[in-house]
Amino acid sequence: MSDKSGASRRSLLTALGASGAAAVGLSFAGGLAGCSPKADTKTAGGAEEAKLNFYNWDTYIGPTTLADFKKASGVDVSMSLFATNDELFAKLKAGNPGFDVIVPSNEFVTRMSQSNMLMPLDHTKIPNMKNIDPAFLNPDFDPGRKYSMPYTWLVLGIGYRKSKVKGVPDSWKYILDSDQYKGRIALLSESADLTRLAAKYLGHSVNGIQPDMVAQIEKMLIKQKPYIKAFHDDNGQDMLLAGDVDLVLEYNGDIAQVMKEDPDLDFVVPKEGSLINSDTLCIPVGAPRPNNAHAFINYLLDGQVGADITKTILYPTPNAAAKALMPDSYRANPVIFPPKAIMDKCEYGAFEGAEKAKLFEEAITRVRAA
Amino acid sequence: MEQSWRKAKSVFALVLGPPLFWLVLFFLIPLAIVWVYSFGTNIGLTQIAFTGTFSNYVRAIEPLYVGIFIKSVGVAALTTGLCIVLGFPVALAITFAPDKLKAWLILLIMLPFWTNLLIRTYALIAVLRDEGYVNMTLNWLWTHAGGLMSFAGLKPLGDFVPLQLLHNNFAVVFGLVYVHLPFMVLPLYSALDRLDRSLLEASLDLGAGHARTMLQIVAPLALPGIASGILITFIPALGAYLTPDLLGGPDSQMIANIIERQFKRANDWPFGAALSFLLMYMTFIAIALQSVLAKRSAGPKA
Repeated sequence: MSDKSGASRRSLLTALGASGAAAVGLSFAGGLAGCSPKADTKTAGGAEEAKLNFYNWDTYIGPTTLADFKKASGVDVSMSLFATNDELFAKLKAGNPGFDVIVPSNEFVTRMSQSNMLMPLDHTKIPNMKNIDPAFLNPDFDPGRKYSMPYTWLVLGIGYRKSKVKGVPDSWKYILDSDQYKGRIALLSESADLTRLAAKYLGHSVNGIQPDMVAQIEKMLIKQKPYIKAFHDDNGQDMLLAGDVDLVLEYNGDIAQVMKEDPDLDFVVPKEGSLINSDTLCIPVGAPRPNNAHAFINYLLDGQVGADITKTILYPTPNAAAKALMPDSYRANPVIFPPKAIMDKCEYGAFEGAEKAKLFEEAITRVRAA
Repeated sequence: MEQSWRKAKSVFALVLGPPLFWLVLFFLIPLAIVWVYSFGTNIGLTQIAFTGTFSNYVRAIEPLYVGIFIKSVGVAALTTGLCIVLGFPVALAITFAPDKLKAWLILLIMLPFWTNLLIRTYALIAVLRDEGYVNMTLNWLWTHAGGLMSFAGLKPLGDFVPLQLLHNNFAVVFGLVYVHLPFMVLPLYSALDRLDRSLLEASLDLGAGHARTMLQIVAPLALPGIASGILITFIPALGAYLTPDLLGGPDSQMIANIIERQFKRANDWPFGAALSFLLMYMTFIAIALQSVLAKRSAGPKA
């Protein structure tokens, strides 16, 4: 998330990654052909080579973080980038190609731990866990933080152009169930997120959505479709900034970033509540250098290091020590940290099995084909 | 000539070997794996069992997906048609251009290939969006025309309403035509360039007009070029993925977008594989049709 380009970690690369869909398929074929994970034998004790493979989102680290870590520990970090959780999952599905630390989001922590793709973390090797805000220490997607350490969190809401919208669009109604802003709305194209937020609008939890409710949501969205200008691939902040639309379903961090460029923009988490996501640090099974991986995760959770990263990426941090070191303009920013009363109504989307994911996917496919 | 390869079998094998090996290892085997997937079932999140089931294909021919297939064929056909209409005059103009200019004109046609498709598509977004270059220009003209009219004592024009050029099916077809036009122009040009000019002169001398000469002399003679142009445009347009994704509106999804989602978001590789193979069979049918047509048009002469 570089503050100049306006492209978030999820936007431009999503498209690039998408064009690499074929490559994902090939990598799995390669896995079948016998490219098993390069599990290094030198994992026991402290006898690991001074290297680390870090698989991260784009522009999701401080400018000097990796060099500083090398100075502090002597370990050389080589970072590669992924654009979506699906890409991360597809890449590790056939076996770990040599990554030591990865950054999956909450739902994928569940998916990957269920599929035995994550190594349990040794909390004694991560003393900086004490810096984490206690509210983030026992999430439903990873009870007791067995597999993941929180790195950032984000919440979905409505980004809007103040001069074109009457008042504050503080309900999902305005984008999911109303023709008031027809042709001026862009929704995120993630089927699960859309279905869950629609359920939230209908007064249901984002989890445990039953098929009859999915059918009801499908009907509502088909009715809403003529008023929707586009389904975006998480580049909604760019569409808002360019004036293509006036209301957009987006993450708070993405809108906070474009608000610096255009004071006419704002962001609200609707009163019904919303979906929280959290990106986490995990060690995949088959990581060649788990000791270095623990040391690196511990380093990233340091207060000063965390603050330096946050200054660059501007996402909400779950690291209390890092937050304390940030300026007021960040800590008191209601876009980055929406009011507690609203946040209390937000939930993590839980992974409820492949069948549920298929149900959501097909419903949204039908909406778009209708 | 015909016997030469039999005489030098070892040389022939040496030449054919590496590409054949490449083709089998990196194309046919992965393709076969995906084909096997299409008869598989998901077990858990990471495993696929090869159960020999046809359920993925049964799901793929549900009306929802057939509808999307039909729409994709329609969009690809429209794109191909527009490419012929636009590409034919361009190819003809290049054919009749002076030799020195020809190379430059061909270069101009090829030039877009030097830029990544993604970059070109983002450039189109910048041109077509509500506050893009087209609408900016129109807005400027509109405002100035309004100024002139009020100067002339007429009622000024109302507010400028930007044209909706992006995020709809128009944008998808526009983008596809823009990307695929060179694929149509090049085979057309190579067919037209080989044309015997004396036939055109004869046609004109014998009293046929320009239009009639085009339709009854040039078009039939250029038919192989037209056919290969159609094929080479239609097939990639049918599988277009990036263009509908970036330029399309809420209902612009094409079959390749659905396939991509199966492999990524939906994590349903067997179903994605089944859809991919249906798309491939459609492509084979298109190629078969083309070769039948080519044979038929070559038939009477032989």
